[in-house]
Amino acid sequence: MNRIQQKLQEDKKLLSIYFTAGYPQINDTVSIIEDLENNGVDMIEIGLPFSDPLADGPTIQESSTQALRNGMTTEKLFQQLKDIRKTVNIPLIIMGYFNPMLQYGVEEFCKKCEEIGIDGLIIPDLPVDVYSEKYQAVFEKYKLINVFLITPQTAEERIRFIDSVSNGFIYMVSSASVTGATSGFGSDTKDYFKRISGMNLKNPQIVGFGISDKQSFKEATEYSNGAIIGSAYIKHLTKNGVEKNIDFVKTIR
Amino acid sequence: MTYQADEKGYYGEFGGAYIPEMLYPNVEELKQQYIQIMQEESFQKEFKDLLKDYVGRPTPLYFASRLSEKYNTKIYLKREDLCHTGAHKVNNTIGQILMAKRLGKNRIIAETGAGQHGVATATVCALMGIECIVYMGEIDIDRQAPNVARMKLLGATVIPAKSGSRTLKDATNEAIRDWINHPVNTHYIIGSVVGPHPYPDMVARFQSVISEEIKSQLLEKEGREAPDYVVACVGGGSNAAGIYYHYLDNPDVGIIAVEAAGKGVLSGESAATSALGKEGIIHGSKTLLMQTQDGQITEPYSISAGLDYPGIGPMHANLYRTGRAEFISITDEDAMKAGQELARLEGIIPAIETSHALAIFEDRKFKKDDIVVLNLSGRGDKDLSTYIDYFNL
Repeated sequence: MNRIQQKLQEDKKLLSIYFTAGYPQINDTVSIIEDLENNGVDMIEIGLPFSDPLADGPTIQESSTQALRNGMTTEKLFQQLKDIRKTVNIPLIIMGYFNPMLQYGVEEFCKKCEEIGIDGLIIPDLPVDVYSEKYQAVFEKYKLINVFLITPQTAEERIRFIDSVSNGFIYMVSSASVTGATSGFGSDTKDYFKRISGMNLKNPQIVGFGISDKQSFKEATEYSNGAIIGSAYIKHLTKNGVEKNIDFVKTIR
Repeated sequence: MTYQADEKGYYGEFGGAYIPEMLYPNVEELKQQYIQIMQEESFQKEFKDLLKDYVGRPTPLYFASRLSEKYNTKIYLKREDLCHTGAHKVNNTIGQILMAKRLGKNRIIAETGAGQHGVATATVCALMGIECIVYMGEIDIDRQAPNVARMKLLGATVIPAKSGSRTLKDATNEAIRDWINHPVNTHYIIGSVVGPHPYPDMVARFQSVISEEIKSQLLEKEGREAPDYVVACVGGGSNAAGIYYHYLDNPDVGIIAVEAAGKGVLSGESAATSALGKEGIIHGSKTLLMQTQDGQITEPYSISAGLDYPGIGPMHANLYRTGRAEFISITDEDAMKAGQELARLEGIIPAIETSHALAIFEDRKFKKDDIVVLNLSGRGDKDLSTYIDYFNL
């Protein structure tokens, strides 16, 4: 069983953190991952920076631009993570856009992930249709779980299809927005959480986008298995530096 | 063998829709409906009437006798520069605003580089009384002040794209983000044959009026529908798609695509995507694009703001890969000279984008009785300050 699947069986609401690799400094990647695990984070999304992150808001876009300026590349990230499994046990997911993976070579990329001990990938601009037709076999060969997004606008039939192709969890985007929106969850959003929960999907759901503090984490996980925090954590890093990065985690639980 | 898009939006191996799930419902709605809507009689009538009475179509097919004499061949110019708003861009925005209305959308967003597509979008939104938001790179806003003023005068809101390189590709990113944030009431009018399927095919169909008109105009003047060559400049490639469209699958017609070499293809300041690009994904489409070895999209350069896009439409990537089209790249310097030459030989001041296409005659020789139709995609008014600076006028 993959570490993601194992973690999802634990009887708790999972706290997952996203950060951009190579930000604020190029070599912060490993220490951030270790700190997060040591302070109770259940799962980590390591952001592979991209020049044109379409689905992200200004916070993640800016951290990505800075990480690229710092010299972050796909190869560099793999080097940094080479020994990560000597110290870290929680599930690790790489989240990035498709073009850098395509240039690295999709199979080579997947192979490298397995060698390092990466458990899954989130690639927002690789649609489920293309994945199931062209890349699913390669992902499975290297035992990688691919995570797909759904939104409040995703039709029921398509959610069922995504559920059938998924084998880890479904990334439930909280609202129609890019990352980093902080509108709070209104009654529409709660109805959507309930509706999805009521569909009895085979994959558990983890909520992302718009979760920034203890209150929104609590609301997001009322009907789901966990939640992902990204932009709010990066803002904290920008303001307080890596040394104090765990202070943020402590405010959530 | 066809060079048109297949039903999934692929031109050979290029195209498709590589989009985040957040965009899926909007893009899917459009994909399901665009052909059906375009084929409706009422749509066709409204589209054609507006092209005729509002845009001023058909645009003339003009035999450029002095230019032809100089280069010892027969050169015809398709006068898209005479369209309302000064370029071919309006053919597409008229089509898309009618599409948006039929889809029940009441808010329009667009991206713009030089501002031509932004102006064409603001124009049709004013015409239809629909809210219009145009994203434009902060750097382009500074460079293209007259077009920013035009859009504002037409009632559009111009929002600066402040992320990344703050030019066209970032304006496109911002427009896509806006669409993600407004998934129900908004239609995104993309200005070129780029983006996820069905955009490249839809925009090409709206621009195909250009080659449709050439067929009957050439028949009248030369007794044949097909020229020996069609020539156009390619940034994203919408004017090129328009002039190629009805000749794509006719092997007797040579297709010539002209890209901006900037300061030279190997200078590091260029926009010659076919020569410098590699296969990848940009703005939801698999195509050729300029990028680093690591897959980060790079910033192109050209003196012409309408040609400095780091990708090309998937139709053109396929024309390049299959060898169906001949690709030529032209430097800033040669383009500027060709623009000046057209002004002096024919009394037409072209847009600098178009000047790139005009510059091929210096080196690319044609037979005396070849018929070459060149798309004069835009007029040079918007480029006056560049011409003034370049030639110290």
